[in-house]
Parts: sequence; structure tokens; C-alpha cells
Amino acid sequence: MRIADVAGGYAPGAEVLRGVTFALEPGTIAAVLGPNGGGKTTLFRALLGELAFRTGTVELDGRPAYVPQTDRTRLDFPVSALDVVLMGAYGRTPAWRRIARADRQAARAALGRVGLEDVARKRFGALSGGQRQRVLIARALLQDSRVLLLDEPLSGVDTASAVRIETVFDELRAEGRILLVATHDVEQARRWDRVVCLNGEQVAFGRPAEVLTTDVLRRTYGPELVVLAGGEQAVAVDHHRH
Amino acid sequence: MLDWLTDPFASDLMRRALAEVLILALACGPLGVWVLLYRQSYAAESLSHAMLPGLVIAALVGAPLLLGAVGGVLAAAVAIALASRDERLGGDAAVAVAIAGLFGLGALLALSPDVPARLGELLFGDLLGVTGSDLVEAAVLAGGVAVALVLGHRRLALSVFDRTAAPSLGARPGRWELVLLVLLAICTAAAVRGLGNLLVVALILAPAAAALNLVARLPVALGLATALAGLAGTLGLLVSYHWEVAAGASVALAAVGVFALSLFAPAVRHP
Repeated sequence: MRIADVAGGYAPGAEVLRGVTFALEPGTIAAVLGPNGGGKTTLFRALLGELAFRTGTVELDGRPAYVPQTDRTRLDFPVSALDVVLMGAYGRTPAWRRIARADRQAARAALGRVGLEDVARKRFGALSGGQRQRVLIARALLQDSRVLLLDEPLSGVDTASAVRIETVFDELRAEGRILLVATHDVEQARRWDRVVCLNGEQVAFGRPAEVLTTDVLRRTYGPELVVLAGGEQAVAVDHHRH
Repeated sequence: MLDWLTDPFASDLMRRALAEVLILALACGPLGVWVLLYRQSYAAESLSHAMLPGLVIAALVGAPLLLGAVGGVLAAAVAIALASRDERLGGDAAVAVAIAGLFGLGALLALSPDVPARLGELLFGDLLGVTGSDLVEAAVLAGGVAVALVLGHRRLALSVFDRTAAPSLGARPGRWELVLLVLLAICTAAAVRGLGNLLVVALILAPAAAALNLVARLPVALGLATALAGLAGTLGLLVSYHWEVAAGASVALAAVGVFALSLFAPAVRHP
């Protein structure tokens, strides 16, 4: 996955993001850090090919799978957890054909992988926030993409769900997939392989130990950054609202 | 009891009326479920008013009125979709602006002395006056809507359930919102002859709302809404025959009655 000098936005001449250049090898988990409005979602939309105006080069191995935050879905929609996972097969199934048996089996396996085989028939909107997030990750697993883009998948989920999600992340890395994970959690980002810091432009890219310095975080978050006593740790304050 | 159910349909007139409502139910039931899920019930109600200029223009130029109805609602669907894209307007405001403009244009044109009296019949429908060719027209239009809904089922679901992820899963939400409005327009046009463009709204929305009150899964809701629309149509005709009241209005009230009964069932829509 290679991105070279990517810039873009939602109207001509009004760039929301610029100067993004990095490359990720297969089997990498990269954190995407940045304040609200810093360009995390814009970067994902650029990688998905959905940005209205974009310059630069994006090289990807196939279409990425995108995992939104669970509160972006319609909780009153009459579907089960399994129905939602099966949506991952819609893109490759002609409108006049039934979902293939292999895809149905794969959907159940994906639910099992995120620890939710027991709630396959339960209404999606009746699940907990953490369970819903795991269902959306299972849907991305069914898409079987080499690259997964995840928008704050660990934000506000229960501990059991967070542990399961991080286990799945490790498994996907071992399979050679690339995961880009938008997050506000600096400590979480330190545990992964690479980090991209965005604030309207690329502030830094590299290994967490080299990149996540107080200076870089200050340039990434500006006034949202709180430096803890002693100056050795910095915390990004999450002002995210939906 | 059996006679009460079968006697009304001994005549060709009532059999054609029954065929008409059952044909319309095939499209109205599932379409209504999607309209409610997309929160477009106001658009459904408004589109019927927007048909007016198309009908008047067709009457003035001597074209088939059904063609005018189709043209009118298609123009309204596109106008609503375009107005909705302006973020300064809310969804409802966009519909109101588009429909008020078209309805005003229709009223202006209708002042022409050349407009025939039959226009009024079309606006309110004449279920018992349906002919064989009317049935064919309704079957083609309603059948087309039903087939389009079946083929578009997955994209429609993606677009409304998860708008942000839908493009990565193979659906463009903006495109499918437009498709839904166009199908709504075609269904409304299909029902003009039998139910009238104002009463058909009840057959689209009420059975669908009842189905969504009663079941928790989309395919079941789509099937149930179709069945309830057919049931409401049949009940309405029976009531119309035995109590000698207007057929179209009876069907509309039967549909609303089915919805009212569904309110007594335990709610399943929300977690």
C-alpha cells in the first residue's frame, strides 16, 4: 500500500488534507491519529475512492473494507446480526442471485471469529455497542479485503469487546493484511506497528517509538493536547461528539 | 358468512376492482416499507399532489392522462432529489418547496377552460370503473416497481442501514434514494385510475407501517406488508359493496384500520 503526496477535499480549491505520503507493508497495523477535523475521515475517503477532489497517487491491493463507528448505522433497521455480516458479500453477488452458500458459511465463521456466533439471529439494534462494533468488523472480514480501514473501533466499547477486537487485529496482521485504525488513544497507538499523525496535513509517519514524541503530538493536536506531569506522557483529549 | 365474502365478486365489475387492488398491493406493500425506512413518507404524500401539472398538461395537449401522471411525478421526484441536495434546506423543506411549486403550476394550468372534466375523476380514482386495459397498465407499472424492488433490495438496504460504509460495500446512497423516489412516482401513477393519487398513499404507507410494527426482519416485513395491502384492498371492497360506500375511500380506510390494529401488538421496531 503506497500513498504519495495525496491531497484533497470536498470542493475544488478547498483542501481538507494535503501532503500525505507513506507506505505500509502487508501485515501492518497503523494508527491514524489526529484531532477532530484533522483529516482522518478524509484520508479514509481518499483511500476508498470517494473523495470528490483528490490529487496524488494511491496504490492499493484491491478495494479496502471500511468499518464505521457503530452509531453511524440505523439501529431501528429490521436486520439480524447475521444479516449485517452478509452485507459484506453484497458487492460480489449479482442482484438476481442468492447469496452463495460459501458466503453464508463464511459469514457465520466471521461472527464466530469475533465471538458472536450465539447472537447471529438477534436484532442488530438490540446488541450492545461493543457487540455491534464486532458485527461490523465481521462484515469487513466477509469482504475479505487486503486493506481494512477502521474508524475508532475501540471507542466506547466494553472491555470484553475491546479484547476480542484487538485479538482479531493481531490475527489479521498475521494473515498479512493491512489495518489503518483511526483513534484518539495515543497509548493504543504505541502498541501498533506504525502511526500516521494528521492535522490538515501529514505531521509525521513512522514507528510509534520514534514518532510519538510530545513535540509531534503537540503539532498534531495543538490545544487538545494535555502533557502530564514530568513531560514524559501526553494525552489527546477526545472532544469527539456525534 | 361465505356468501358475504363471495357474493360481491360475482360481477365482472367487482372482480376487476379486486384484481386492481391486488395488483397495486404487490407494489404498494413492499414500496411502503422502503419509504418508511428511508423516512420519505412526507415525500410519498406530496408526490401525489405534484402529479397535478403533468395531468393538466396531458389533458391540454390531448396526450394520455396516465402519461401526464407519470411525467408529473417523475419531474417531482427529480425536483425533490435536487432540492434535498441543498444543505441549506432540510429534507422536509426541500419536499415542500418542490411540491408547492409544482402544485401551484398545476393549479395555474388547471384554470384553462380547455381542461376536461375527467381530470377530477383521475385525481380521486374510480375503482369500480376500471377496465381491462386499465388493469394491464396497472400490472405493467406495479409489476415493474415490484421487480425493481426485488432486484434493488440489497443496495436499498445498504444505502439506508449504513450510509457511510455503503459505497465500500457496493451501493451509492444518493443514487438509491433517487431510485426509490422514481419507483414511488411510478407506483402513484399506476394507482391513479383505480384509487386516485390521493388515496393510494394510504395503501402504500399504512400496511407497511403495520408490518414494521409486527415483525423484526426485513424480508418478512416486505412480504407481510404486501399481504396486508391485499387484505386491506379486499376488505375495503367488501365494505364498499355491503354498506354501499365509495370503493376507493373504503380501501384507504381499511388500510388505516389494519395499521390501527397493529398498534395493539407488542412493539418490535426498537431495541
